[in-house]
Amino acid sequence: MKKCVKAVVIAGNGTNCEREVAHACRLAGAEADIVHIADLLAGKVRLLDYHFLNLAGGFLDGDDLGSAKAGANRLMYARVAAGQASLADQLKDFIEQGRLVMGVCNGFQLMIKMGLLPRLGQDFSQSCTLTFNEKGRFEDRWCRLKVDHESPCVYTRGLEHLYLPVRHGEGKFVTRSAEILTELEDLHLGVLKYADADLQVTMAYPDNPNGSHNSIAGICDPSGRLFGLMPHPEAFIHRTHHPRWTREDLPEEGMGLALYRNAVEFIRNQLL
Amino acid sequence: MPWRIVVGLKEGVKDARGERVQHELREHLGIELQSVRTLDVYTVDAALSDQELDQAAAGPFSDPVIQDYVINRPLAKDFDVLIEVGFRPGVTDNPGRTAKEAVQYLTGRPFRPEEGVYTSTQYLFKGLQDKALAEKIAGDFLANKLIQRWDILTAEEFDGAVGVPVTVPRVQTTDHSGPLTRTIDLDLSDEELLQISRQGMLALNLEEMRRIQQHMAAPGRLDERRAVGLGRELTDVELEALAQTWSEHCKHKIFSARIEYEDEQGRREVIDSLFKSYIVAATAKVRENLGDRDFCLSVFKDNAGVIAFNADWSLVFKVETHNSPSALDPYGGALTGIVGVNRDGMGTGMGARLIFNTDVFCFASPFLTRDLPPRLLHPRRIFEGVVEGVEHGGNKSGIPTINGSIVFDERFAGKPLVYCGTASFMPRLLHGRPGHEKKAQVGDHIVMTGGRIGKDGIHGATFSSEELHEGSPVTAVQIGDPITQRKMFDFLLIARDRGLYNSITDNGAGGLSSSVGEMAEDTGGFELHLDRAPLKYPGLRPWEILISEAQERMTLAVPPEKLNEFISLAREMDVEASDLGRFTASGYFHCLYAGETVCYLSMDFIHAGVPQMVIPAKWEVKPLSEPDFPQPDNLGQELERLLGRLNICSKESVVRRYDHEVQAGTVIKPLVGVVNDGPSDAAVFRPLFDSFEGVVVAHGICPSYSDIDTYHMMACAIDEGLRNYVAVGGNIDHVAGLDNFCWCDPVLSDRTPDGPYKAAQLVRANQALYDYCVAFGVPLISGKDSMKNDYQIGDQKISIPPTVLFSVIGKIEDIRSAQTMDVKRPGDLIYLLGTTADELGGSEYYAQHGSLGAKVPKVDASTALKRYRTLNAAQDQGLIASCHDLSDGGLGVALAESAFAGGYGAEVSLAAVETFEPLRADRVLFSESQSRLLVTVAPHHRDAFEALFAGQSCSHIGQVSESPELIIKDLGGEPLVRASITALKSAWQTPLREM
Repeated sequence: MKKCVKAVVIAGNGTNCEREVAHACRLAGAEADIVHIADLLAGKVRLLDYHFLNLAGGFLDGDDLGSAKAGANRLMYARVAAGQASLADQLKDFIEQGRLVMGVCNGFQLMIKMGLLPRLGQDFSQSCTLTFNEKGRFEDRWCRLKVDHESPCVYTRGLEHLYLPVRHGEGKFVTRSAEILTELEDLHLGVLKYADADLQVTMAYPDNPNGSHNSIAGICDPSGRLFGLMPHPEAFIHRTHHPRWTREDLPEEGMGLALYRNAVEFIRNQLL
Repeated sequence: MPWRIVVGLKEGVKDARGERVQHELREHLGIELQSVRTLDVYTVDAALSDQELDQAAAGPFSDPVIQDYVINRPLAKDFDVLIEVGFRPGVTDNPGRTAKEAVQYLTGRPFRPEEGVYTSTQYLFKGLQDKALAEKIAGDFLANKLIQRWDILTAEEFDGAVGVPVTVPRVQTTDHSGPLTRTIDLDLSDEELLQISRQGMLALNLEEMRRIQQHMAAPGRLDERRAVGLGRELTDVELEALAQTWSEHCKHKIFSARIEYEDEQGRREVIDSLFKSYIVAATAKVRENLGDRDFCLSVFKDNAGVIAFNADWSLVFKVETHNSPSALDPYGGALTGIVGVNRDGMGTGMGARLIFNTDVFCFASPFLTRDLPPRLLHPRRIFEGVVEGVEHGGNKSGIPTINGSIVFDERFAGKPLVYCGTASFMPRLLHGRPGHEKKAQVGDHIVMTGGRIGKDGIHGATFSSEELHEGSPVTAVQIGDPITQRKMFDFLLIARDRGLYNSITDNGAGGLSSSVGEMAEDTGGFELHLDRAPLKYPGLRPWEILISEAQERMTLAVPPEKLNEFISLAREMDVEASDLGRFTASGYFHCLYAGETVCYLSMDFIHAGVPQMVIPAKWEVKPLSEPDFPQPDNLGQELERLLGRLNICSKESVVRRYDHEVQAGTVIKPLVGVVNDGPSDAAVFRPLFDSFEGVVVAHGICPSYSDIDTYHMMACAIDEGLRNYVAVGGNIDHVAGLDNFCWCDPVLSDRTPDGPYKAAQLVRANQALYDYCVAFGVPLISGKDSMKNDYQIGDQKISIPPTVLFSVIGKIEDIRSAQTMDVKRPGDLIYLLGTTADELGGSEYYAQHGSLGAKVPKVDASTALKRYRTLNAAQDQGLIASCHDLSDGGLGVALAESAFAGGYGAEVSLAAVETFEPLRADRVLFSESQSRLLVTVAPHHRDAFEALFAGQSCSHIGQVSESPELIIKDLGGEPLVRASITALKSAWQTPLREM
């Protein structure tokens, strides 16, 4: 019997997109569970039961201390019942075993603030951040994204560009230093960049909706297995998600699904 | 000793929040500043070690990449004036709560009850010398004195070693000596009875006070009370419970009143309850006519209405208003409005999953320049605050906001209207029983879950039953907490699916008094132990616990055998749940505190004892006339000006602030067209990942017609809602309506001498509601009324125009046949469906010329219904390329919008427009005749389309053109308007672009 790719989407404390992310995983061929954080903290479910961890969009703890800050603090410090390994340790094992983690929007903010991305050194220290949009406002708008095909990112293999909605108030990507930005670029980790109608990378609003440095919309770690992005791939998995589906001829499948298909394909080939 | 942690951005990091403040001060208050920077302050009042504190500051409280922090010393420097804004004691401080939780995770120790974290914000201004101006900036812009406090320090006053003095806004509980409950002797004169009502902010009138007096004096009453340890006098708990239950807000006394109506010909009629005579009756009639096609499942009896969606799922919808709180604190008022209506969906039947929000606001112009009377906030502030409140309420809860509008009229300066709607989705069957039904059983535990109780929201129900006045209570203002609510909803849906409760309802207006009191009608009584309710801080009196409207709470009836499982599931999911007592069959509304009875009223009296009001109503036809200005020479310019009017212009800057796509179901979005910025008529939402069936939602609202005749205002609102709905493809035979009345006080009194006219306007609107819902076959499933939308301080009175929001919700069989309003291809044929009449009374065009007019649009329901059904057929056959409804600004505006949204021009001839009588070109172009739609059709579908509409008003008026120009030819074929679509679009986008 063919072994199954198992995906998990964590819910709770203000995560909002768990249902559509799980649906995208299923369409891509994975078995997907939505697991409430309470079940992880109670030790009822372990991360290592899965191959593909999804950190979905939302407003963890209302983003009250800055986007995903309180959520990152919980994952790092909350105790798991009955003396089992902490979530932080489970996550470390998960990553060391080469399993896949994708964070979208608030999930990306969470990965950045836990130091899971870009993971230029060996430790999990925070070297980048996602902060308030240049305009100082939340915005929902669709953006064109140019894919760096020299990137090690396993999710974007074979893709040239994407068209996806952003829905955030804190999506401006900033690094601690110019050197880190240079290193990211040298390693081709800034895998998704906001682009204009001609697919040229741009800093101009609104094509670049938040003023991200180097127009970065999504990054991966050097292994390409940890990936985070502000735009929502799970929001474009069918043509009727596209804002102009009533006026354009579009394939049945939405562009966002490719990211999930690549993840599942990679797991099938490498991890099963 | 409390600590202060101050967090600021590192050198060179852009301060987006500060820059926005600077920008808005320039735009709105005309204050030019050199710079504005901001700092976050956490005041930590808890026993922590220095190391723990530093860990908190470095960890969850700050971002090491862009921020620095200091502990117990100031970070502020290089400013002229510093303003620090924090919350007043007891006001919901969401970041403070999150900060406290974060520290608890770090240390592994829970805070003690008196410990806490409080947040505030410092604003550092450069280029501001004048302290009085700083006071104005703080009071008029940065803060709301009802919920916030502020300190202002100039650079000279600022002690660089100490910084801003520490304030801990902990609630100081006064030690209540003496009894916890007071008793009130009602053996008093009428004047004294009224005095009690006024002083206690009870909003009970003399007749109601007398009814209570009589009840207490009834034979045998004293014995009944002595048996439970009470005396002859009413307790304050009882009086407050009665005032809350009998409030206009909860009891809808005006809609239940006996109305003595006289029409313009002097014919008299007695209406025994508008609600029963028109609203309930309309639905009953429609359901009877629908017969076995009836899709209503639960109407009027629950927190929201329920209709069938398909064999497995039902659809729940409710729209609320939150006008009075939004007038006092626009942000908190709107936020609690949206999270409050969310609880209505969760509290309907056995509970439903929330799928989308809608929002409609009525404001005065944000650019208003005249001075406002006391206590009124500037409409720009209301606009900003309300939009932000709905943004946070919807976005943080993970519910897309998919449909809405903003209506402007100067009179909304007196009271803004904030309508918030929520649709939700529930299984038709749960554990073998209909999901939309619920019933508490005798012996079930009363369980409250979610947030804790504080003094917030006390007297919200009675306050909104009055006009805004000098003494309007500040405790009526509160701030919602979407995350606590989201956690509770996650928990409740699991509890529902495990069958852990028998009934559920929300705690909204009236708090426990209302939720437990109403649920107990299932069993005929309850016993509620008020001292068992969890409090935010000590010191609440029993009556305050009973009627507090503290947010994020639901009340459930949990059977004894499920109680442990329910409570432990809640604990696991970090949600508070408390057992407060039992449902009984005693016949009494029975509350205890520490074992002593503090309230003992019969269920009958509290629920059915309120006397019926009698309201006089007299309709008169006002002597109105049509304006007689000549046709303007340049109609292109007229059109451009119309497009820039506030009621017509683009609301994109607001729409983008709402997440309209979370849940991945929004398939017709609020913004459509070639560059995603055209105004959609309605929204289509796909609630199931494995089906193409969709929900369609739309609305109609047209208060300007009320100034002529509320009968036709109502008819037009219904038609507008339905034609928006069918424009995107909604099935006209599977659609339900919700009415939300917002009126000015219609009850004759010294303060309202024109009450009979306003009451007659109300009667006429209800008559139209009945007539048109029956004619269109649209059942009403729920609704709400808000009847005191007046401002009165001193001799200044502002009454809003009578306004009804008519929301519609229904179904589209296959979302893939939905359509949008933007023209699609050059060469497509443009059709106008429906006949144009000389109906510009109350129109935007007349308003542009400073006139009201007299000929208000009228609706011909049978013709319209046939047209809508035929349009559905054309949509099903795929014949429609675009469809846009004609409303404000008529044909001219609809043509311009469809053209520029699609990115193409259009060439049309007014001679082809079907009219009832010969009309002047400007009237043809800007008439607001109802039930009309602008449709484009590909040339190869021409025959099929025209065949479908044979015998109906369907005029081929022109075609879509490659050249980006709107060309309108007059009746003689001469070009009347020739305008670039770029210029028209710019006129339409400019007014609110920067809001």
